[in-house]
Amino acid sequence: MRPPIRDIAVVAFGQTDHRRTTDEQSEVEMLMPVLHQVLDATGLRTSDIGFTCSGSSDYLAGRAFSFTMALDGVGAWPPISESHVEMDGAWALYEAWTKLLTGEADTALVYAYGKSSPGSVRDVLTRQLDPYYVAPLWPDSVALAALQARALIDAGDTDEPALAGVAARSRRSAESNPHAQLRGGDVPHGDYIVHPLRTGDCPPIGDGAAAVILAAGDRARELCERPAWIRGVDHRIEAHSLGVRDLTDSPSARLAAENAGAFERPVDTAELHAPFTSQEVVLRKALRLGDDVRVNPSGGALAANPVMAAGLIRIGEAAARIHRGESRRALAHATSGPCLQQNLVAVLEDSAQETR
Amino acid sequence: MTTTPRPPEVLRAPLVVEFPFTRSLGPVQSAFLSGLRDRTVLGVRTTAGEVLVPPVEYDPVTADELRDLVEVGTTGTVTTWAWNPEPRRGQPLDTPFAWVLVKLDGADTALLHALDTTGPDAVRTGQRVRVRWAEERTGAITDIACFEPDDSTPGQDRPAPHTGEFENPVTGIVAAARLDYTYGPGKAQSRYINALAEHRTVGERCPSCHKVYVPPRGACPTCGVATTDQVEVGPAGTVTTYCIVNVKAKNLDIELPYVYAHIALDGADLALHGRIAGIPYDQVRMGLRVEPVWTEGGRYPDHYRPTGEPDADYDTYKELI
Repeated sequence: MRPPIRDIAVVAFGQTDHRRTTDEQSEVEMLMPVLHQVLDATGLRTSDIGFTCSGSSDYLAGRAFSFTMALDGVGAWPPISESHVEMDGAWALYEAWTKLLTGEADTALVYAYGKSSPGSVRDVLTRQLDPYYVAPLWPDSVALAALQARALIDAGDTDEPALAGVAARSRRSAESNPHAQLRGGDVPHGDYIVHPLRTGDCPPIGDGAAAVILAAGDRARELCERPAWIRGVDHRIEAHSLGVRDLTDSPSARLAAENAGAFERPVDTAELHAPFTSQEVVLRKALRLGDDVRVNPSGGALAANPVMAAGLIRIGEAAARIHRGESRRALAHATSGPCLQQNLVAVLEDSAQETR
Repeated sequence: MTTTPRPPEVLRAPLVVEFPFTRSLGPVQSAFLSGLRDRTVLGVRTTAGEVLVPPVEYDPVTADELRDLVEVGTTGTVTTWAWNPEPRRGQPLDTPFAWVLVKLDGADTALLHALDTTGPDAVRTGQRVRVRWAEERTGAITDIACFEPDDSTPGQDRPAPHTGEFENPVTGIVAAARLDYTYGPGKAQSRYINALAEHRTVGERCPSCHKVYVPPRGACPTCGVATTDQVEVGPAGTVTTYCIVNVKAKNLDIELPYVYAHIALDGADLALHGRIAGIPYDQVRMGLRVEPVWTEGGRYPDHYRPTGEPDADYDTYKELI
């Protein structure tokens, strides 16, 4: 991969406390405090931002063009340069990073939000499936993840106690994350939802929002004491038909990681967007993460999974560890679609290209 | 009049989203679904010679166009499974069942469907299963009602060439979907809607630019900050612009033509929209002074009618158009 033509960094990250329901707030009311967090952290005003990009989903909201309402929260008058992806905010960050690479902007505000509480997220997610052969059967997100988990168990890659271990470790890690929805080692692993996945193997259902500010070069150094420099970002997709794919592997995650530069040197931290315990097993293998890598110190998506924001939060959490001096080189991953169909990998470092 | 917001009385209402997407089929999908209707399962052969079931029109590896249809068996082998103890609406069976990926005999890839069996102990990877056809078949994936256990041994059957031609081929599907939500409009809009029920119109003021937004959404779109103070506006206002509607909307019992207008309520810095009545449609004009009319028991104004005041001067509302 060619090195980026500009150094671009995550300079601020904010997120809501993720909760089972936020029915007293509209989406923009939920989002606005988070936008103010990242603006306050950098001292920027909305009018200073060069590019704004968001990720959310009309299907979660149950309303067409729902993202336009959230634009009130970013001060979209007078007109701003803005874009939206109907995907997790990690993909909005990818677009913003690309925009900054072109030199058309020096700063970008990226945000994402999702409220799963008004609907049934297991049913809502069926609407992203192949509409001819799959969606008419309404296979919910847990069922599809369970097929993948069974394939991993049959292949000898994991077993149920190991999966329970992933859940327990994630929620113990989340004890130090004040925003997490589920915390602590004593969250019961529960009954089977769809065998072989139990309650504890599945992410909590909840509402939440996150925001990130990106800045290029010297602007990043002005705005942040220790910017989290983006070494590379890449995203890849696999065939939509589950029966064509090897569910025990994630070649798209591996390829994205390779193109993002993840394998050039070891990382010390990995924030993986693995909503199901079994998906962490797949990703650890595909991303070649050894036992010395700190995986999901935030607790990951098993501790809080606001759909559409959870991937952006992985990038934000990885960046925040660099901001705090707790990581020197971190991998952040986001996923979309059933059984890790789409994968995005970003590599973040504590020093810019030119200083290495 | 300015008041501090009351504790939020959060509103909630059921919201049902239904969409019967009508989708056309390409030649391969049409052949596959027409085949299911006639109890025949078709696959498609890839450039590398693999047989994909369900078939697709483009090779997932090479992106080559695929048209080489073949017929595969109606028995097959489970490649992975998941036991579903609580079937959800729309799923193939309403009793507990296993989700399965099934590699049909002669196919190289697996099809997702349901397996009707007694419990998780009765399912295993490698298990033999066969198609149970739906009694009424229309040319859809649900023409396979589900799979059921089968005691056959995998045969050496090779997929047989198939023209993909059927009498009265299926050329489209209607993918009906329904999603149920409980919609909550949030604090600012709840306050607005609750006030309307008391025949008051309430906007919210931006603490930064001091503009009053109505209806309030909780944020100032110029400053990007939360609106704070509640401000009662109106009841009268000025028509800033309007249009004459000649198209009847579904389930709307209003005589045509009618007038739909932007109305700047007195004290508001943003015009809201509403229907104008109580005046012939061709006499509505910019600057017309109007007031809201609530019907008996109505929670929001049914329409706006002229107040009888002289028209507002253009300069007093031109900023709000």
